[in-house]
Amino acid sequence: MRTPDLIRFARDAATGNPLRTFLLVLAMAIGVAAVVVLTALGDGARRYVLNEFSSIGSNLVIVLPGRSQTGGFNPGNAITSTPRDLTVDDAQALLRASAVHRVAPLAVGTSEISVGGKLREVMVAGTTAEFIDVRRLVLAQGRFLPAGDWRRGASEAVIGAKVRDEMFGRQAALGQLVRIGDRRFRIVGVLAASGQGLGMNTDELVIVPVALAQAMFNSNTLFRILVEAASRDAIEPAKAQVAEIIRLRHEGEQDVTIITQDAVLATFDRLLGTMTLAVAGIAAISLAVAGILVMNVMLVSVAQRTAEIGLLKALGATSATIRNAFLTEAAMLSVAGAVLGFLLGQAGAAIIRQLYPAYPAFPPDWAVLAGLATALTTGIVFGVLPARQAARLDPVESLAKR
Amino acid sequence: MSAALIELAGIERVFHLGDSEVHALRRLDVSIAAGEYVAVMGPSGSGKSTLLNLIGLLDRPNAGVYRLEGRDVTTLSAEEQARVRSERIGFVFQSFHLVPRLTAGENIALPMILAGIAPAQRAERVARALGDYGLENRADHRPDQLSGGQRQRVAIARATIMQPAVILADEPTGNLDRATGEEVMRLLEALNENGVTLIVVTHDGSLGARARRQLLMEDGALQNDQSRSNRVIPEACVLPT
Ligand SMILES: Nc1ncnc2c1ncn2[C@@H]1O[C@H](COP(=O)(O)OP(=O)(O)O)[C@@H](O)[C@H]1O
Ligand SMILES: [Mg+2]
Repeated sequence: MRTPDLIRFARDAATGNPLRTFLLVLAMAIGVAAVVVLTALGDGARRYVLNEFSSIGSNLVIVLPGRSQTGGFNPGNAITSTPRDLTVDDAQALLRASAVHRVAPLAVGTSEISVGGKLREVMVAGTTAEFIDVRRLVLAQGRFLPAGDWRRGASEAVIGAKVRDEMFGRQAALGQLVRIGDRRFRIVGVLAASGQGLGMNTDELVIVPVALAQAMFNSNTLFRILVEAASRDAIEPAKAQVAEIIRLRHEGEQDVTIITQDAVLATFDRLLGTMTLAVAGIAAISLAVAGILVMNVMLVSVAQRTAEIGLLKALGATSATIRNAFLTEAAMLSVAGAVLGFLLGQAGAAIIRQLYPAYPAFPPDWAVLAGLATALTTGIVFGVLPARQAARLDPVESLAKR
Repeated sequence: MSAALIELAGIERVFHLGDSEVHALRRLDVSIAAGEYVAVMGPSGSGKSTLLNLIGLLDRPNAGVYRLEGRDVTTLSAEEQARVRSERIGFVFQSFHLVPRLTAGENIALPMILAGIAPAQRAERVARALGDYGLENRADHRPDQLSGGQRQRVAIARATIMQPAVILADEPTGNLDRATGEEVMRLLEALNENGVTLIVVTHDGSLGARARRQLLMEDGALQNDQSRSNRVIPEACVLPT
């Protein structure tokens, strides 16, 4: 049998039973559409998070105390496992590095803020004037902490939008005196509401000079040192220089962890990529279900067309021809379902993008290809059994069937 | 004897139904020469269809040898047998066995499609066959839009489209009224006059009598093999029974 004839024969057989064909194509289409839409959601989430993270600040290098544990257990670390604290002096020393543009120390703790009888627990961040630029924060009112000696600092505070709303309501916050812990601060600025926000939520933050924060928490240590590299290309040199400076200051001990924003992004990228993969896998299960449906429907088809199969054999069809005819039919139905599902899935992703413009719900190419390939493979694999069953039928018994 | 088109020797066909055995054919020896017109007759269950299926290579005997055109075909593989069916044998069935979703023309073309014949040649042969069987205006009709007689004419056109050596017809008029049945028989007989070997199974005595040779089956055995006296029968057909 010639290939075009085989295809036409399979097509006629498929269209000869529209309901069966419709159901099969639909099942396949739903599977593929599920893969396309779900991976569009998963990958969209990944892109969304990456976008958000990029907005935290660019060219960021973050220094945290203590050796990272992610490298696995290291006997050398175990012996010298008491890391030195990160200090404001350490932070200031980093300004010497050529690849470093700006440095902001960060001390963090919780305390209570009170004004006019209202009391609230808040996160207090002790830092310097550079923080607003390094973190790309925006002020709604007033000004940020003034530049000046990092070891001193006026009793001035900048508060997040939510703290402002809760403590002052409709009243003006700027210029007001508040009590934070056992100290009095004057509000000099209010941060713009960030709404979203991964990591530290600046809406509930109270920012004070680092020296006052350390005094408040009675500690010299820093939670982080935020370093802004001079440029994107300077990130790696900055990381190396920062490591070297800290090592020299810490008596040759490499007792800090330095992460770059790229590394954080890569981690998230991996995490969310894995999630997308898992979602795709779940969607692929619906394709396997579709495959089983293909098998059953084709088996019913073989039973219904038994007399026809007997006739074809009487007319000179070999077992191979019959098997190929049924396999071709299964493959064609799968292709049709896959294509329809692809279109439906793309349409679904487009609708999601229309409804949520901020959400980049594009299915990744690999998922689309994998979905189509899985549809074809399941269609053909599950078509083999019915096709072989058809090819094995005894012609005399088949012809006797009606 | 080697001149025979079909030569059956010691053919046995046994069906197993649970514990019991049904001997559908018992030690059958038949020889049919090329160009003969043979009617296979006998009561229901006497093994007529089984015999025809064996001759048509749709079934294999449990014992015995079947030579077609001098070649032992019982030992052929399934694929080789399919090829023989395609090229040398044409079937006509009682219930027509047309593919319902295909048009008359497509049904006629089916053996050629299965044999891998090129579309141009197919179209030409189908057109000729439609003309030969008075179906020119029915080419695009589906079987359910055709009368019984027209359906059987499509089936005969299909059976002859590969120009087989032998046509096997199992009760070809069984589903037709008398007049239409006559017409179908005349078409088959015309084929035989052009040299095609014709074997027709029937339990209608008057139809069987039209054949020049009658094989009378009973309980799986050949009861009687008689040829019309006024015709010289080839020596090959005189059986050793
Ligand atoms: N597939 C089968 N299984 C069991 N018995 C069968 C089968 N086919 C035919 N037979 C038996 O073989 C005998 C001959 O059948 P068949 O050739 O169809 O008779 P006829 O065509 O002369 O009516 C019958 O007894 C029938 O029941
Ligand atoms: Mg019969």
